[in-house]
Amino acid sequence: MNQTHILSWILFTPVIGAIVLLFIPRERDNLHRVIGNVFGMLGLVVSLPLIWRFQIGTPGYQFRESYDWIPSIGAHYSLGIDGISFLLIMLTTILGAISILSSWSAIQTRKKEYYILFLLLQTGMLGVFMALDFFLFYLFWEVMLVPMYFLIGVWGSDRRLYAAIKFFLYTLAGSVLMLLAILALYYRAHELAGAAAAYTFDIPTLLGAVPQFSTTLQRILFWGFFFAFAIKVPMFPFHTWLPDAHTEAPTAGSVILAGVLLKMGTYGFIRFSLPLLPTDAVARQHIINILMVLSIVGIIYGALVCMMQKDMKKLIAYSSVSHLGFCTLGIFALNPHGVSGSVIQQINHGISTGALFLIVGVLYERRHTRLISEYGGLSTPMPNFAAIYMIATLSSLGLPLLNGFIGEFTILSGVFQVSLRWTAWAVVGIVLGAAYLLWLYQRVMFGPVTNPANEHLPDLNLREYATLVPLMLLAFWIGIYPKPLFRVLDVSVRQIVEQVNPGYYNSATAQRYGEKPPVAAPSEAARSERNGGESDSTKAAKRVTPNPSAMIASSAPLAANTAASAAEKR
Amino acid sequence: MPAEFFLASIWLIPLFPLAGAAAMLLVGRRLSNKAVSWVGVGSVGLAALFAFGAIVQLMARAPAQRLVEIVLFDWVPAGVMHTMSGRVLNFNAPWGMLLDPLSAVMIGVVTGVGFLIHVYSVGYMAHEGGYYRFFGYMNLFMFSMLVLVLANNLLLLFVGWEGVGLCSYLLIGFYFLRKSASDAGKKAFVVNRIGDAGFILGLFLLLDTIGTLRFTEVGPAIEAGGFAVGNGVMTAIALLLFVGATGKSAQIPLYVWLPDAMEGPTPVSALIHAATMVTAGVYMITRMNLVFQLAPIALGAVATIGAVTAIYAASMGLVQNDIKRVLAYSTVSQLGYMFLALGVGAFTAGIFHLMIHAFFKALLFLGSGSVIHALSGEQDVRKMGALAKKIPTTTMTFLVATIAISGIPPLAGFVSKDAILAASFNARPLLWGIGFVTAGMTAFYMFRLVFLTFYGESRVPHDVEHHIHESPRSMTWPLIILALLSVVGGWIGWPESLGGSDHFARFLDPVIARHAQAIAAVPEAAQHATEYELMAVSVAVALVGIFLAWIFYLRRPAVPGTLAEKSGGLYRLLYNKYYIDQVYDAMFVNRAKDLGTTLGAFDLGVIDGLGVDGAGWVARISSSLSIVWDEWIVDGLVNLAARIVWIFSYPVRMIQSGRVSNYALLIVLGVLVFLGYYLRVTGVTLHNVLH
Repeated sequence: MNQTHILSWILFTPVIGAIVLLFIPRERDNLHRVIGNVFGMLGLVVSLPLIWRFQIGTPGYQFRESYDWIPSIGAHYSLGIDGISFLLIMLTTILGAISILSSWSAIQTRKKEYYILFLLLQTGMLGVFMALDFFLFYLFWEVMLVPMYFLIGVWGSDRRLYAAIKFFLYTLAGSVLMLLAILALYYRAHELAGAAAAYTFDIPTLLGAVPQFSTTLQRILFWGFFFAFAIKVPMFPFHTWLPDAHTEAPTAGSVILAGVLLKMGTYGFIRFSLPLLPTDAVARQHIINILMVLSIVGIIYGALVCMMQKDMKKLIAYSSVSHLGFCTLGIFALNPHGVSGSVIQQINHGISTGALFLIVGVLYERRHTRLISEYGGLSTPMPNFAAIYMIATLSSLGLPLLNGFIGEFTILSGVFQVSLRWTAWAVVGIVLGAAYLLWLYQRVMFGPVTNPANEHLPDLNLREYATLVPLMLLAFWIGIYPKPLFRVLDVSVRQIVEQVNPGYYNSATAQRYGEKPPVAAPSEAARSERNGGESDSTKAAKRVTPNPSAMIASSAPLAANTAASAAEKR
Repeated sequence: MPAEFFLASIWLIPLFPLAGAAAMLLVGRRLSNKAVSWVGVGSVGLAALFAFGAIVQLMARAPAQRLVEIVLFDWVPAGVMHTMSGRVLNFNAPWGMLLDPLSAVMIGVVTGVGFLIHVYSVGYMAHEGGYYRFFGYMNLFMFSMLVLVLANNLLLLFVGWEGVGLCSYLLIGFYFLRKSASDAGKKAFVVNRIGDAGFILGLFLLLDTIGTLRFTEVGPAIEAGGFAVGNGVMTAIALLLFVGATGKSAQIPLYVWLPDAMEGPTPVSALIHAATMVTAGVYMITRMNLVFQLAPIALGAVATIGAVTAIYAASMGLVQNDIKRVLAYSTVSQLGYMFLALGVGAFTAGIFHLMIHAFFKALLFLGSGSVIHALSGEQDVRKMGALAKKIPTTTMTFLVATIAISGIPPLAGFVSKDAILAASFNARPLLWGIGFVTAGMTAFYMFRLVFLTFYGESRVPHDVEHHIHESPRSMTWPLIILALLSVVGGWIGWPESLGGSDHFARFLDPVIARHAQAIAAVPEAAQHATEYELMAVSVAVALVGIFLAWIFYLRRPAVPGTLAEKSGGLYRLLYNKYYIDQVYDAMFVNRAKDLGTTLGAFDLGVIDGLGVDGAGWVARISSSLSIVWDEWIVDGLVNLAARIVWIFSYPVRMIQSGRVSNYALLIVLGVLVFLGYYLRVTGVTLHNVLH
């Protein structure tokens, strides 16, 4: 294999920064933030070559590196990325640089420790998206908790200790189950491979062995991983650490938390949970129904809870619950639209919610309060801020030609192919999304300035522009020309979907298309089957039948339906 | 210039105003008002130039060739998907522009009326703060609206659809210091979103049924699908799309945002809430007319909702005192007419009325703006009167528009409204009845407005009175041009029955699919005979309305007051708009807020409190329990063992006194005991020893 170390460079650049900072005396705190920013920026710069070196259309992982690490247990230092992790890595390096920059004046105490921890956090998150070895993956997954714990616990606001401990323990509880599941996977795969085989933690190898497991084990493994990811995402009802952590964390912490950390959960779902879905159609449908319902509840519940929040950061935190509900919804639609829409929406959420947290940070730095009632009429003293905040709001509520719409549309299109009812419920979340975001905007920005403290707030300064404007540009770019994202994702998503939904890309009916263009009408029967109660599961079960020959068999009833409908028309 | 230059550049049309908007919103604050006017109006002027160029070149083509489609780039290439019938296809929504007769009419109206309103705004907004912001939003609106009408697929249409909604939000809330304005903006956006939810579901259903969203492919795909009239899926699609239309075009039950939208500056009301945006629903349904023609139930719903909205809104318009609100209800009512037309299958009549309505309603709004301008911001008709002599141009043009909307021949409104009434009489006589009554009401409330505003006695406060002045020429010229259009605009659709040739319907014909089952054919001669009668009665009812208004508001101004008193309940019901806002608040808005509060408490109390913190408490309690266990049982056992040893060692411990004399005694005693024992055992007696 053509060896390249680009991933290692991206991964360890922040660590190098942290080490450099270690050797700088504590008193020189301005130097700390300069160097912290230099390495934050450098982290972004070293990741840029990925953009032109990443080969679109090549299946599998790219830029692979693999070295023996602990040979006795089969752990490797093994890295590699596909389209999905590529996008998430770019998101991480961009948001990392931006949030480190946003800390410039916000962090006034213990700057040395702050920048060291922040850089370590970057490495932890990047590692999660790059690791191709379960041992390494788990290591990064846990390592990342520690700096985040300190970032919240030391530089947070009033209830920071409660929030930090809650965040730490809650996520740790989930990870422990995942560790057990990883071990079970590790031993069982070895057992199946035969005694002669070497133990390995290699992710593709282990996941490749899953179809041979018993349904019970597949189920146990799925749920074992599920809690770790569901807590991280967070899915309803495992979300309550999020409002506290978001609210208490310093601005940069919230940006990273919402922008990247949560995506580790959705990434886990795509990378691990989908291949771990039981091959047995009934068991699988059962799991999918649960996850779909939890996602939809999260979407609507999160949106409704947003309405009554008095704290801006809490409101945005709950909106994350709602938005991430869309992401998980898309993933478990198990089709290309759902999965690629979900990844795009993850990126979008990083951009728009990241921007919203930065915006709250701008206000917090000026007024040191997050209470909505303290503000009002800010459009008058801060017109440029008003414009940028409006764009961020619109991007978050999914206005076309901004990024959010592309993700939401693609996800909903994927979900619609599975169930009309689920889509209809999810759409409720979009309506509510407009309501709470615009209401927030109105209460903060419109009307006369009622609080004298707000009368002379300065508008954005140059550094704040530097953090916000790039995000706005990204939002417009994805909204207007998302094609590059779709192209990057295409092959990776295809591989995943073909794994969990075999034959989706080349079902037997695809050939019928050539014979009789362009449409075959659905019969009333097919329609009622689609919308009917239990038939959702049978239909989905058909679509997810594991081997292609069974798929051909299962498409026969569909063909029969269309034939019947043609007859009906006559 | 190459042949068909304008047809090849239709993709540019929306980009002119977009560039204007970008310039204004990015650097507008640094520009002088004059520069802003030039950019803001100029960009729309260019768009209008290109639009009319394209229309002319399109009309130069043969009717069958009147279709231009230009695809610029792939916008959402979302990838492989399955349709309901199991077909696999690669979904891709392009950024493409489509010009056919229907979109030609629309871009003509949008850029034409839009340009006039932009010119008018230069005068109207001259003294307002945020001049650049106003033109920035207006240009952004023009961009969105042009995307909406030029889009070549339903998803791109949705872009425009949401975009105009956004601009409407921004412009309604233009005076954002007023809470009522920002409330109204928010209300408009959220209510529209409810409609949009229906729209997007309809879009998905269409996509999943026929596998395409491109307008040029929808027709063939539906043909190929062999859907019969009354097909369930088509009905569902049509109904869902119609939900979207009720939001954007302010029909029952989602009309509530439009009257409040009058919080925006008057040119906004004219452009967005009268001439263009609110007609988007009518355009969209006409664009999707093939789907609707396959769904008689949906058409019935469209016609019924349209007719009911028409009379319902007109009834509220009868008693309102805010000049703009009367016009707002009138707009809702007129939109109802358009939907009635669509619902009875007279799509061309609907679009025709859309166009004519854009002329006279924009004129009415601009006229009212001119009145408000003259009266330094007064909108209440009770404080107007006798303005005819002071602002003659405004009065004359307003009067022309009023006659047009009342349906008096040969003005444009007569032609278009009559086409609708004729079509509905054939298809649904009951709904025709409603439309007929509404026509009378329309004439009444519009002339009420004219009489109260321009004639009778002046009720203008004295301090305002001597400021009254006719508006500047940038405002009156658009009024005059629109007045002209309100007169002659209808003549291009002059019906055959009156010796015309109905050019308009012919022009649109290629876009409208005729479905044999959908529209019952009526013999032409019989049609003409009824048409004459219908024209006569509808003109008559309009005249009755005008006469009543004359009696009420000019001859005997006391009558309305006594009538209102006598009919107490009904008057209050109308005046308070049927209390619908309060009902919606009570039923939906407050319930949603309550639900949010409840769920918030639930989240804090149950999920977080009982669940997470509860788990924390359980951990703490069990840790204290295990402390107890550890201290008392585990460690207790250890201690118990020690205790037992301690207890049993008590006697032994007694001996350990630490005194040497005791120890010496014990040693002696011990020696003696052992010695005694030894002697006993060995049988050696003391005696023996001694001897």
